[in-house]
Amino acid sequence: MHLLLTKDLSIEFGGLQALKDLHIEINNREIVGLIGPNGAGKTTVFNLLTGVYLPTSGAMRLEGNSIIGKKPFEINRSGIARTFQNIRLFKNMTVADNIKVSMHQNMKYNTFSAMFRLPSYWKEEKKVDIKAREFLEIFGMEDKADQLACNLPYGQQRKLEILRALATKPKILLLDEPAAGMNPTETQELMEVIRRIRDQFNIAILLIEHDMSLVMNICERLYVLDYGHLIAQGTPEEIRTNPQVISAYLGS
Amino acid sequence: MGYLKKKTGVYYLINAVLVFLLFFVLLNLINNRIINRTSTQILTLICINIILAVSLNLVTGVLGQLVLGHAGFMLVGAYTSALFTMNIGLDLKIAFPISLVLAGLMAAVFGVIIGIPALRLKGDYLAIITLGFGEIIRVIANNLKITNGAMGLSGIKSLSTTKNPSPMFIYAYALAALTVFLMFTFGRSRHGRAVIAIREDEIAAESMGINTTYYKLFTFVLAAFFAGVAGGVFAHQIGVIDPSKFDFNRSVEILIMVVLGGMGSITGSVISATVLTWLPEQLREFSKYRLLVYSIILILVMLFKPSGLLGRYEISIPKFLDKLFARITKKTAKTKTGGA
Amino acid sequence: MDFFNHIINGLGLGSIYALVALGYTMVYGIVKLINFAHGDIIMVGGYMVYLIMVKWGLPIWLAVPASIVICAFTGMLVERVAYRRLLVHNAARISLLITAMGVSIFLQNAFMLIFGTDPKLMPPLFQAEPFKLGSFELASTTVINIVVSVIMMIGLNLLVNKTKIGKAMIATSEDSSAAKLMGINTNRVISFTFAIGSALAAVAALLYCNTYPQIKPSMGNLLGLKAFVAAVFGGIGSIPGAMLGGYLLGVIESLTKAYVSTTLTDAVVFGILIIILLVKPAGILGKNRKEKV
Repeated sequence: MHLLLTKDLSIEFGGLQALKDLHIEINNREIVGLIGPNGAGKTTVFNLLTGVYLPTSGAMRLEGNSIIGKKPFEINRSGIARTFQNIRLFKNMTVADNIKVSMHQNMKYNTFSAMFRLPSYWKEEKKVDIKAREFLEIFGMEDKADQLACNLPYGQQRKLEILRALATKPKILLLDEPAAGMNPTETQELMEVIRRIRDQFNIAILLIEHDMSLVMNICERLYVLDYGHLIAQGTPEEIRTNPQVISAYLGS
Repeated sequence: MGYLKKKTGVYYLINAVLVFLLFFVLLNLINNRIINRTSTQILTLICINIILAVSLNLVTGVLGQLVLGHAGFMLVGAYTSALFTMNIGLDLKIAFPISLVLAGLMAAVFGVIIGIPALRLKGDYLAIITLGFGEIIRVIANNLKITNGAMGLSGIKSLSTTKNPSPMFIYAYALAALTVFLMFTFGRSRHGRAVIAIREDEIAAESMGINTTYYKLFTFVLAAFFAGVAGGVFAHQIGVIDPSKFDFNRSVEILIMVVLGGMGSITGSVISATVLTWLPEQLREFSKYRLLVYSIILILVMLFKPSGLLGRYEISIPKFLDKLFARITKKTAKTKTGGA
Repeated sequence: MDFFNHIINGLGLGSIYALVALGYTMVYGIVKLINFAHGDIIMVGGYMVYLIMVKWGLPIWLAVPASIVICAFTGMLVERVAYRRLLVHNAARISLLITAMGVSIFLQNAFMLIFGTDPKLMPPLFQAEPFKLGSFELASTTVINIVVSVIMMIGLNLLVNKTKIGKAMIATSEDSSAAKLMGINTNRVISFTFAIGSALAAVAALLYCNTYPQIKPSMGNLLGLKAFVAAVFGGIGSIPGAMLGGYLLGVIESLTKAYVSTTLTDAVVFGILIIILLVKPAGILGKNRKEKV
């Protein structure tokens, strides 16, 4: 069984067909790339998969269960987490708190214990604090834990977004242009971390990216979108030589 | 971490001691008639306004949703609790606390009714719908038999008497302290983090697994509950209530306490509730200009310091003592090494 | 026949709501702000007519344009002084809302101090014989209200769709930063929108004073609230929606007064707001727009 599957997935915005009959399949522990020219509908795919938009028609399944019509928080809890293209951190919260928000769903104590500071509150909060700092170690950001998120440099904000998504314990992680605005060294580090995340957490990763060296390097399979249509799929090698893809990018 | 927890525990203890200390000082002053009846009333009103401001702060400061009808919930609570103690025929000492719980619950029910349509949606609907609620609930109270229309209810018995002037103050103080404590603990928990995350970015919060509608509604209803309780205390404190006592201007007064103190700062709300209750009492001859001045303050604060005077900063006496203590030990350590 | 009469009266009343709702909807469409001070612009308009006609004894042909110009100017001034800074800095929505509330309280209390809290009586502005259709009689105020509101709406439609500034308004409401890049002075467009909205509120004030010859500083509160409900009813951001919502609300109010309860009409209107938000939050003609993620 595929981890994530979409079938005939389509969406229209007021007559504009933003996405038409999209089929994608993602297996466990796969790193898959979603590429295409600007405006091809890549982020729309993410918005559909995470429940931000409702598809006009088609099916989406996570581990065989339909996720159509579910709210974003329900979809997240069932195992899909994402980052945003135009960074959407909780800017006035600390870096650690940004991650703790994601852990909310897996914490046990109830409102009453919180308001009256019962032992379960202390126990869970302590556990979560340690865990949040462990997450930060993935990118070597543990020293930034108590800073406000808005004070982080741009590259680290992108990294924090990834960690925040990861902290929701997803089965599949959707990364929307994770390397945007990063310098080559940071991109190199990011690539290694993405692989490490996959190995350490045993999750699948679907990523949108414009940096072709990154995509070709770490993705095992690629899907190519153009004007809302899937025009090609296959290994990086196949995509590189696909004439349709080349013409879409060069705009023949 | 263990150290941190211990330190937090000490902070809680110091704060608790300070709150009790202040309470016993005030109580003694009241019981020995050093603080007269009028001043006791003002002190009680300050406590009531603290409950109102701190609870509104939860929605407007922490959740970031504007509420323009907090007085409406106060009205619901005031009438509920007054009607209960007037009609139940129980001893007031027993009936009053029960009536306060009922007052809070009834206000919470109204909170759910208007919160569901407004908070399911993204956008500023809560502001307008609470504004409408505040106006309409008065129209309804003005026209119902049970609320005795525009005449309102009179002869609501107070626990305080000339012989024993303190019970209402005790209630108000204890409830204010409890509200402050609960708002603080709620804000610094996984639930509070969820609420702040919604303020910061609703879509991101929902994508991280936060049930945003639930938390928005919960926060709003919690605030409505406390406003209802405050209304119940208020009704029994002043003895006579009518719909005009809970008009839009009162909602504005509570809002300005929150805005001025700092959106999201509990201590800020406490301070500005205290000052803004006490000051107008001293400047009664200027009461004509009060709302004009308030409106100008609102605009100026929003234009030049939108987060309010304290912002999200919390004043903490234990932290202050801690720093002071650290400085003193440093100094003594220095003099010691200097001497050696 | 009674029923028909109530409907016509409702349309007369709804015309006033519609004109005020237009101001809400235009401002909301362009800066996404619920302009709480909009209701108070009606009050300003009412008092200007009172000042010019009753206090100074000047003729109506002077009072009408003067009050419209003063209201338009007040609207622009409010935007310039209270909102511009926040809009330019892209401030939090709640700051804008609180500022708008502050402006509303300021206007009311300033007028209360200047003119007193007691209601002021207004002379009838436009006198005319009741219109007769066979045995059927229509109050002149109702007819005037409906005719004026329809003319205003046609005018506004022409302005928005046929003129350069109107197209700039549409562009700014679609995407203000893109409009700015295309060389549109969005600040001027916003300012113009406030002026037009406030001028329409002034017209509404004239109709209101003609229909209910009494004004007081707090008159904008409930009127503004109802007009906002009308705007949400029709679909906030939509100009025809505001008109439709206004007329419908007027009719509903008139029928409620006639058949349900005179004292609880306002509660019914509020109930309608709750039901719309539950059932069709985008309103009758509104588009359900998704936030860009």
